[in-house]
Amino acid sequence: MIPSPFEYAAPQTLEEVLSLLQSAGAGAKALSGGQSLLPVLKLRLAAPEQLVDLGKVPGLRRIDAEKDPIAIGAMATHAMIEDSAALRAACPLLPEVAACIGDRQVRNRGTIGGSLANADPAADWPAAVLALDAELVAAGPRSAIKSIPARDFFQGMMKTALEPGWLLVEIRIRRPGKGGSAYQKVRQSASGFAIAGVAAMLEYGPDRVCKRAGIGITGVAQNAFRAVAAEKALVGALLDEKRIGAASQLATEKVDDPLSDIHASGKYRLHLARVHCARALRRAAGLSANP
Amino acid sequence: MNAREPYVGRRIKRTEDPRLIRGLGQYVDDLRFADLHHVSILRSPHAHAKLTSLEVSKARSANGVIAVVTVDDLDRAAVGDVPCGAVLAGMKKPAHRPLARGKVRFAGEPLAAVVASSPGAARDALDLIAVEYDPLPSVVDPETALKPGTPVIHEELETNRAFDWSVSSGDVGAAFKSAARVVSQRIVHQRLIPCSIEPRGVVAQYFPGARQLTLYTSTQIPHLVRTMLAGAIGLPENHVRVVAPEVGGAFGSKLNFYAEEILLAFLAMRLGPRPVKWIETRTENFAGTIHGRGQVGTIEAALSSDCRILGVRYRSIQDLGAYPQLLGPAIPTLTGLMAAGCYKMDSILVEVTGVYTNQMSTDAYRGAGRPEATYQIERMMDIVAKEMGMDPAEVRRRNMPGPEEFPFKTATGLTYDSGDYRRALDRALGLVGIEKLREQQRSLRDQGRLIGIGIASYAEICALGPSAAVPAGGWESATVRVEPSGKVTILTGASPHGQGEETTFAQLAADFFGIALDDVAIKHGDTSEVQYGIGTFGSRNMAVGGTALLRAMERVVAKAKPLAAHLLGAPSADAVTFSEGAFRAAGKSISFAELAAAAHRAASIPEGFEPGLSATASFEPKNFTFPFGTHICVVEVDRETGDVSFLRYLAVDDCGKVINPMLVDGQVHGGIAQAIGQALYEEAIYDEAGQLVTGELMDYPIPKAHQCPRFETDRTETPSDVNPLGVKGVGEAGTIGATPAIVNAVIDALEPFGVTHVDMPLRPEKIWRLMQKEGTS
Repeated sequence: MIPSPFEYAAPQTLEEVLSLLQSAGAGAKALSGGQSLLPVLKLRLAAPEQLVDLGKVPGLRRIDAEKDPIAIGAMATHAMIEDSAALRAACPLLPEVAACIGDRQVRNRGTIGGSLANADPAADWPAAVLALDAELVAAGPRSAIKSIPARDFFQGMMKTALEPGWLLVEIRIRRPGKGGSAYQKVRQSASGFAIAGVAAMLEYGPDRVCKRAGIGITGVAQNAFRAVAAEKALVGALLDEKRIGAASQLATEKVDDPLSDIHASGKYRLHLARVHCARALRRAAGLSANP
Repeated sequence: MNAREPYVGRRIKRTEDPRLIRGLGQYVDDLRFADLHHVSILRSPHAHAKLTSLEVSKARSANGVIAVVTVDDLDRAAVGDVPCGAVLAGMKKPAHRPLARGKVRFAGEPLAAVVASSPGAARDALDLIAVEYDPLPSVVDPETALKPGTPVIHEELETNRAFDWSVSSGDVGAAFKSAARVVSQRIVHQRLIPCSIEPRGVVAQYFPGARQLTLYTSTQIPHLVRTMLAGAIGLPENHVRVVAPEVGGAFGSKLNFYAEEILLAFLAMRLGPRPVKWIETRTENFAGTIHGRGQVGTIEAALSSDCRILGVRYRSIQDLGAYPQLLGPAIPTLTGLMAAGCYKMDSILVEVTGVYTNQMSTDAYRGAGRPEATYQIERMMDIVAKEMGMDPAEVRRRNMPGPEEFPFKTATGLTYDSGDYRRALDRALGLVGIEKLREQQRSLRDQGRLIGIGIASYAEICALGPSAAVPAGGWESATVRVEPSGKVTILTGASPHGQGEETTFAQLAADFFGIALDDVAIKHGDTSEVQYGIGTFGSRNMAVGGTALLRAMERVVAKAKPLAAHLLGAPSADAVTFSEGAFRAAGKSISFAELAAAAHRAASIPEGFEPGLSATASFEPKNFTFPFGTHICVVEVDRETGDVSFLRYLAVDDCGKVINPMLVDGQVHGGIAQAIGQALYEEAIYDEAGQLVTGELMDYPIPKAHQCPRFETDRTETPSDVNPLGVKGVGEAGTIGATPAIVNAVIDALEPFGVTHVDMPLRPEKIWRLMQKEGTS
């Protein structure tokens, strides 16, 4: 398991990273936790000429959960998020999702930014940032910064709105109001990636009327997506079993071409997405997962 | 001296574990050599193709490359074939060159090897080898392989049919004619990938002056590898040393002799004294190390009106893969011999056909033929129970031989040594609380929940075995060397690689000599250190190797007694007793350590006493041993998704006398985990073109800790009379008993849907589809 030869650089500043990514062009690849990239290199499924290691850039590996919006540096590891008491208080969906990723060794190395930028159609973070309606902040040439809404970020299988030479640097999340959240995941039994993963975030008051709903679904389509029709069916409605069941039926409405492989057919994935959408919504609404 | 509690029978932690869990184990890849060169192997991407050209000159001239070899080089040096040690009567056996000649027959078949100064240079050079293939249609399905018009994989054999083998007794035809009820079920034992955590690896070094070759290899059978290697490369056997260092799991996959072992030896001889190294990648391990199972068959049973088995017919096809590896063809014969399970029956007919396909070879994988036998008869018992409206436990109990019937002659001609099958069954039923459990199942079913209870009773064959019935001989050896200080070194011909004999053999020896556990060292795996032996497989180490050890220890004491008599002033050795670490006679005593010192100092020895204190013995078992037990599994199936979760898992195993209960539990735990793998998750899938779709751990699901329930283990203890220790073996029982228990439980849970059988693995989607199709009754 030996990769093809490549150049390796570990710059100390973001500017140097961006200029290296720019100058090496399509042959360059940013290295974050390496949990997806290194296996691909070892199998020689990819052979970039230049790896740019982000590990020495200061400030990317941080969690700021006190502010609104919550800010998470792209190099924050899954384990940091899983272990963060501040996040558990401010946005418990994030630690819950983090704990579902791979195993502890993977979570100690892998990063939220790396996962989002890799845009694996079965990764967990895309579901979470979609449900939370996050903003993904990218840095580009000449100190340019732009903010991309999560709903615009995922554009196909391993494809994102990041243009060449741009780097994802931060994830910003509006602090959720009163309510609840949950992540339901069906793991592919070998890899642990999602065959279907549903992240749900609900804001509601004592009257149990839904003020805001966010549902992100991963593992089912070419890229993670928001279940917009299901969200709409919930907002303004009483969060009871009947409404949740009906909304969940709309969860996969827009998926025409579901993923299908030896682990799960498209039809089964769509079914799982609806079943687990209901379970995630029930839990987020403070009900038990099964009716 | 106070008598201390014996070590045997105690839950003693494995003495090998501290080094392993601290990363101090020395596996092949950890060994350090000066001037080491690295080997990379070019493998066929095609499952079936003619080789029209293989051009290596560009790779030969690449930076860092010192040699590139193909089959032409092997032919010129008269290097032998990869041997098969289990050529059945009338079997059609193809030549198996270590590197492909003219044609490739499975995806992953080695074509060429590169030696270079670094692993990277060796790997890069593979891309410089130009191969032209003329692809042929692949034969993947073993049943299709037999059909007329299917491409023939080995032209010289003119057929894909390798052999037909059968075993029978009684009048099966009459049994089926007179039966009150006949049941039949087609059963698929899917191909599995053994997946040891350490893949294979070889380092070879040859000193031309001494004509001495050393092969370090991750194997279960160093001595047998030495014999076969010497034959394949044309060196005298006493010029070959094989070392199995720490071996990180094998499960039967290293009970073999592989092309790469021949290849590395050949390269070492060509490049000596430079050592050469090859460490298998996981991709290579999946593609080019043997697979397990791969049998498809139909079992039929003829029953009397009171549910007694009159006869069993089992016809199956064994997928051998492209080439018969060391023991591959013998595996389905073990299925045949164990086809009667733990039951009495008047007649049986087993017919097995072995076929070649364009896939990796199948061979021994934990249980090796017996999981197939147990699975099909235990599925059958459940089907019988459902058909006849009987309790599955009662169907089993009714057909089991009673304890008074042992030694019990089976329908297939084996003699089961000892057993009390109903006792293990009843104990399992009692411990699990079967009546209450059935009640709970009924009430939860009324609430719409799908609870299933699965029972599997098994008898299996261990302690391989009488030499006449084992391809390479079935005896085992031990040397006991008492050092001048009284410390004891034991050299075992077995080759433990996770079974824990460094602990259990030391327990035996420490008790026998009355010394501390720490005073015993167990050595194994190096053919120049250890006398010839057979190796580790078929749950044989304690029953065969442990008995050899016992014999050697007895010889040591017999040798010591005349010296003790001399030193104690006793009239003869007969007057000397040995117990609790001391030789006693005439009211005096001398400790074991003192005697060891005197034996080596030899300043005062009796007439005829040879200085030193050591002995070697070997043990030839007169029969196999037959462990047994009953496993009970309770599951819940998620009605919405088809997902299976465990509610309980209970195993009552009888492996004869127990040396270390903790290690027995460990073996059972690991075995059940692997059974969970086969029952619920694992399947080596080749597509129609012969490509291994489950080619990596990302796609081949071995069970993880979180997928295993808490295991409740319990035992009955029925000693074997095949060996003086009374032990039977426990390495494979978990896998054998658990697979049908789990599947029976899931199918029981699906009873409301009218499901009577589902082939493994029971992945959620398969179950969900069945529930969709059948609808609730």
